[in-house]
Amino acid sequence: MLTLQCPYCGVQCDETELTAGGEAHLTRHGPGSDADTFEQYLFLRENPRGVHFERWRHSHGCGKWFHAARSTTTLRVFGTYKAQTTEPPQQIRDAISAVHPGWSWRNFGETA
Amino acid sequence: MFDVHTALDGASFDGAIRVAELTGQGMIALRGDLGDATLRDAVSALTGHDIPAPLHAAWSGEVTTVWMSPDELLILLSYADAAGAARDLQGKLAGIHALVHDMSDARSLFRLTGPALRDTLAKLTPADVSPAGLPVGMARRTRLAQVPGAFFLRDAQTADLVCFRSVARYVFDLLKTAADPAGRVGYFEGFPEP
Ligand SMILES: [Zn+2]
Repeated sequence: MLTLQCPYCGVQCDETELTAGGEAHLTRHGPGSDADTFEQYLFLRENPRGVHFERWRHSHGCGKWFHAARSTTTLRVFGTYKAQTTEPPQQIRDAISAVHPGWSWRNFGETA
Repeated sequence: MFDVHTALDGASFDGAIRVAELTGQGMIALRGDLGDATLRDAVSALTGHDIPAPLHAAWSGEVTTVWMSPDELLILLSYADAAGAARDLQGKLAGIHALVHDMSDARSLFRLTGPALRDTLAKLTPADVSPAGLPVGMARRTRLAQVPGAFFLRDAQTADLVCFRSVARYVFDLLKTAADPAGRVGYFEGFPEP
């Protein structure tokens, strides 16, 4: 079972109290963007075996959206953080590095 | 005065615990910056107590305030007082970014009583309902089987549970099934209260 701590209200949520919101840290490209950029934004998603960044909503609770960093293979959770950011905070990156030296995900990671 | 009908007209059930729908219950939803002094003063003037800490409920007299999210409170008071109190509160908060609404007819409230309270809730929610995880006065907004619900303990054997009116029958039936005397678990009944 997956549990994530909501960074807004502090509840240790069961997965069934949450709604999955897909990949985190997407940059929106709307009308006016070129076709490749728009395709990238709308359709192309990471599907990693390992470190991943996701959006979740505490839907059966305080209702807030937040971010989570976890491993898709071990379900280990590196941390959750508030949605008002465009990139993972340093302490989340450090928590990942402690377990997965040399990790990378999109343009984030130790080599980035 | 209106002839007010709640979803179940005050239905009750006696099993491992007693489950009773409360009638004459009013509710005001408030959203805004809970750290704002104007808002805190206006709420305290209405309720007679301070805004509860995050994840908690506070009560005095007939009025209870439940912390629902970092920017939301639910005020429980008598049905007869709710509409007027909501208007007063709206007036006091007119100068700040806040939303007040009389939700009395939108939600249902159940009172659960008995020593098997925690065992009954544990059958329906993934929330930690042990004495350590849900001490008296703590409020938890969560899931009851397939629908959203919230509850808090007034004392070790009394809880109030809120759900949407549209699912009141479903929640009442859930509670009746979970509180069937033949299905008594007895797990939390021996736990010491902190
Ligand atoms: Zn939350």
